[in-house]
Amino acid sequence: MLPYVFRRLLQAIPILLAVAALIFVMFSVIPGNFATSQMADGRSNIDAATIARMNEQFGLNDPLPLRFAKYVGGLATFDLGDSFRTRQPVTALIGERLWPSLQLALAAMAFAIVIGVPLGFFAALKPGSWVDMLSMVFAVSGLSLPMFWLGLLLMYAFALTLNWFPSFGYGNGDPRYIVLPAIALGVSPLALLARTSRAAVLEILHADFVRTARAKGASSYRVMRWHVARNALVIVLTTLGLQFGSVLGQAVVVEKLFAWPGLGSLLVDSVTWRDIPAVQGCILTIVLFFLVVNIAVDVLCAVVDPRIKYS
Amino acid sequence: MLKKLAFTTALTFAAFTLQAQAQEPRRGGTIRFTAPYGASFVSNDSHVSNQIQDEIYGYALHGMLYKWDAKNGKPVLDIAESVQVSADGKTYTYKLRDNALFHNGRKLTSDDVIWSYTRIMDGAKNYPGARYVARIVGATDVQKGQAKEISGLKKIDDSSFSMTLTDKADPGYFLFQAQTAILPAKEAQQPGFFDKPIGLGPFKFVEHVPGSRMAFERWDKYYLAGKPYADKLVISPMGEAAARDVAFRNKEVDVSILGSTQYVAYKADPNLSKGILEVAEVFTRNMGMNPTFKPFSDKRVRQAINYAIDSDLIIKRLVRDKAYRAASWLPLSSPAFDKDAKPYAFDPDKAKKLLVEAGYPDGFEFEWTATPNESWGVPIVEATIPMLAKVGIKVKVKPVETSALGGVVVGGDFQAYIWSNTSGPDSLTALKCFHSSTPRSSCNYTTFKNPAYDKLIDDASNEADAAKQLDLLKKANAMLQEEAPVWFFNYNKAVMAYQPWLHGLQPNATELALQRYEELWIDTTSPAAK
Repeated sequence: MLPYVFRRLLQAIPILLAVAALIFVMFSVIPGNFATSQMADGRSNIDAATIARMNEQFGLNDPLPLRFAKYVGGLATFDLGDSFRTRQPVTALIGERLWPSLQLALAAMAFAIVIGVPLGFFAALKPGSWVDMLSMVFAVSGLSLPMFWLGLLLMYAFALTLNWFPSFGYGNGDPRYIVLPAIALGVSPLALLARTSRAAVLEILHADFVRTARAKGASSYRVMRWHVARNALVIVLTTLGLQFGSVLGQAVVVEKLFAWPGLGSLLVDSVTWRDIPAVQGCILTIVLFFLVVNIAVDVLCAVVDPRIKYS
Repeated sequence: MLKKLAFTTALTFAAFTLQAQAQEPRRGGTIRFTAPYGASFVSNDSHVSNQIQDEIYGYALHGMLYKWDAKNGKPVLDIAESVQVSADGKTYTYKLRDNALFHNGRKLTSDDVIWSYTRIMDGAKNYPGARYVARIVGATDVQKGQAKEISGLKKIDDSSFSMTLTDKADPGYFLFQAQTAILPAKEAQQPGFFDKPIGLGPFKFVEHVPGSRMAFERWDKYYLAGKPYADKLVISPMGEAAARDVAFRNKEVDVSILGSTQYVAYKADPNLSKGILEVAEVFTRNMGMNPTFKPFSDKRVRQAINYAIDSDLIIKRLVRDKAYRAASWLPLSSPAFDKDAKPYAFDPDKAKKLLVEAGYPDGFEFEWTATPNESWGVPIVEATIPMLAKVGIKVKVKPVETSALGGVVVGGDFQAYIWSNTSGPDSLTALKCFHSSTPRSSCNYTTFKNPAYDKLIDDASNEADAAKQLDLLKKANAMLQEEAPVWFFNYNKAVMAYQPWLHGLQPNATELALQRYEELWIDTTSPAAK
């Protein structure tokens, strides 16, 4: 197993390099740069000499391949460069924001798993029933709702009308602050998990080995616990990995809406101000998180299902 | 119309001031402020950031040489108690306040001021405040690495220094921003200083949770006796207008800057409408015309565009009255604004006639560069298209991202652009942007050139008598209207909603979100009164 994990981690390197290269190329093609973005609000008149000095300071006058080579050189030593905006190391900026983002991602996924997976299982056990219909309507709605709109609805309902939770902010360790952003972020993976779980359980319920188990007189609980749930879990885990990996990227909207101090809000501001090192750092962190989570899920799948072997 | 607007604005200010004065300020409680221009603050170092978002906290933490007196619309001394100006109007000698103490208890000295300004001019760092400090003699030498000290700054003793400017100007207009904050020289050079920065402002730094909040507590030894009133101040960056709206209605924040959609809703609400502060900010929304594009080199064409667009209709329908109709460049809050000036009337027939006279009886087509901004971007351009088409002018929209617009305009790579530009608070500085000696890269974006206009500005620059200078500036502003280097669209109406328990807000025309926190106080009805 360990050589497999090691190989997967090595495979992540070219992916990260490709992402870094893509961002470099994109930011060199689109008009504007950090210096000119400073004039965007119409308050500041930055003269040509200052723009030239800023471009020199941030190495923006260097040819693209040279800038990329320098950046990759830095990556090798975990140096993501300094932010143009804050003049601080990007690693420090990400360090400040990573934990709140992870907290939000974990809370959102916990919400999605705790509700989505049982919902899918129950729906599959009674296909065509009102439970099934209702759960699938819920699932489709969850997938279709724009996250921003859902977030606003939650704010209006649970903060403004019912006054159960604060509408924004991080709080001082008060868990009430994470509830609404976690629900807004978790509804989409919840819906997908519910649908996937339902489909997986339905498929396995009709499998030969389940029929055999029942014919041998195994109790319903035993069939569900050892034959259906365990086999369905592999499929659910794969979906879970994909969703968990991407939830950090999806958090951009929710973090901005709820003033949650995660990577997403840092990314939005950095893109606005053409802060290339910060944008690259945030995106690489999100991509790395996605890759690591999926490797972890692959390992978990092998633990759950001994038939899966990684050579 | 403008007279009416100016009168209404003045009335609002007066009513607001009276209301604030009616009650005795109360000490204690927490002010919960919002910073609406982004999802975070840039840095704990106020010299680093170019963004208004950081100025919002800078006014709490720092003292500057000057501060903006919003009620009287002029800069006044902040950390200095007196100033003497030389006969040529270029050298200013300041006496610092004896009771100005940094948050560690150390007394402010002239070394701190000189060090702070020298730091801002560090050419390797390109701090945004350099554009203000650069007006001190020798500052640009430091920036270029040709000197280590700013020759125009001379220490007289620990509590006084002199400052010589490159040209005759009132430094109050450019040394009140937090980008020119005075830092404690010795302490600021210590590692980790900016993890918990100290300044001279009314509030002490407590914590910064990036992307969530910055918290402060009262500085008991602030140099204005009895101020600030509040015990604590929490500023939350909230870039999303809809989220601010919910938080404000839910009484979680004390103020919210309103966009045009919310402005309409708040005005219609019987309760919320009682707590609205409106100010004509020093920003002029305009369409700049590039004279290198042949039709725009003709004044009659530029005037025709001003006549062809029904600006009032656009302001009413699209901007939802969250703007004041522009007559010329200087805004309503400018002392040189001519209250009798009438904006271009909507007169398509006159526009057509002018186009015929200019040799464009069949009109022409031009490319209009615009950002997605709802108040001065593509939506506005789209509204003008049918109006301009009626006089034969076709428009091709060239959309650009907001952060790219500055580069496009400074590079001269446009036929026309729409933007919101600062037009104050200093009328002379604002009008100098149209002087022929001002390069496009500074702020003469339309490369306007008119010898008669130049003379008016030069005369105003050299005029010692304030009343005469004002008169010259009014004439220059009127000439700009006549020359129409831009389509004069509107002046921004900034709107802030505030809770009934918050008092002392100032109608700051330079930026409404910037408040002198030492003047604010909350009464016992606030949820954070204790």
